Amino acid sequence: MSTSNPRDELPDHLPALRAFAMSLTRNSATADDMVQDTLVKAWTNIEKFQVGTNLRAWLFTILRNTYYSNRRKASREVADVDGVFTESLSQKPDHDGRLQMKDFQVAFAKLPDEQREALILVGASGFAYDEAAEMCGVAVGTIKSRVNRGRARLTELMHLNDDEGMELTDTATMAVVTGRVNGAPR
Amino acid sequence: MAQDNKSPRGSDTIDANLKRVYQDVLDEEVPDRFLALLDQLKAQDAAKSDPNSDSSQ
Repeated sequence: MSTSNPRDELPDHLPALRAFAMSLTRNSATADDMVQDTLVKAWTNIEKFQVGTNLRAWLFTILRNTYYSNRRKASREVADVDGVFTESLSQKPDHDGRLQMKDFQVAFAKLPDEQREALILVGASGFAYDEAAEMCGVAVGTIKSRVNRGRARLTELMHLNDDEGMELTDTATMAVVTGRVNGAPR
Repeated sequence: MAQDNKSPRGSDTIDANLKRVYQDVLDEEVPDRFLALLDQLKAQDAAKSDPNSDSSQ
């Protein structure tokens, strides 16, 4: 009877769910609460999952729907987004890479949710544009446009339009010297 | 992929950073609470579908 129960595969997707939740919320406590909600919903609605289709995409869809529905409810609350994402990361030792990463995270946090989501789905978690479009319930062109606008904005925020890499290093160095990163508090 | 043809300069850097942000969370150990939750859900279902069994968890 029990050939392959998708419920048994849920643990395999936990790291990816957490990473996706983190990219949406930028707060580890909120992210893990969302993952928990997603697990319960997935477990209790597992018969709605079509065996043979992409379980990860299905789980991500539940998670993002949870996020956007919570966001609607809590739209007046101020989100706690200050650098939690940054702090949860184990930084690689190389100095420039590390500063650049910090810049990146500050810039990334400034993007609208929809652009962050599209960038993570397509740019980091390896979904195709059409998969991401289906998960987000929008047209493929919309996802492409979100990805492009997100990339363009990040490029602008990180001053990557300039020809050389020196500018970035200087910016990062200044950020350390002045104790500020891209105008962010602290 | 050909999608980067018209990307602005620095898009390689952006993609590398995106992947790293994502990968860093992927590499974190999954908190025990999630596996505990799955065990709990499993136990609940077992109790429901098999009321004669001794599933007092």
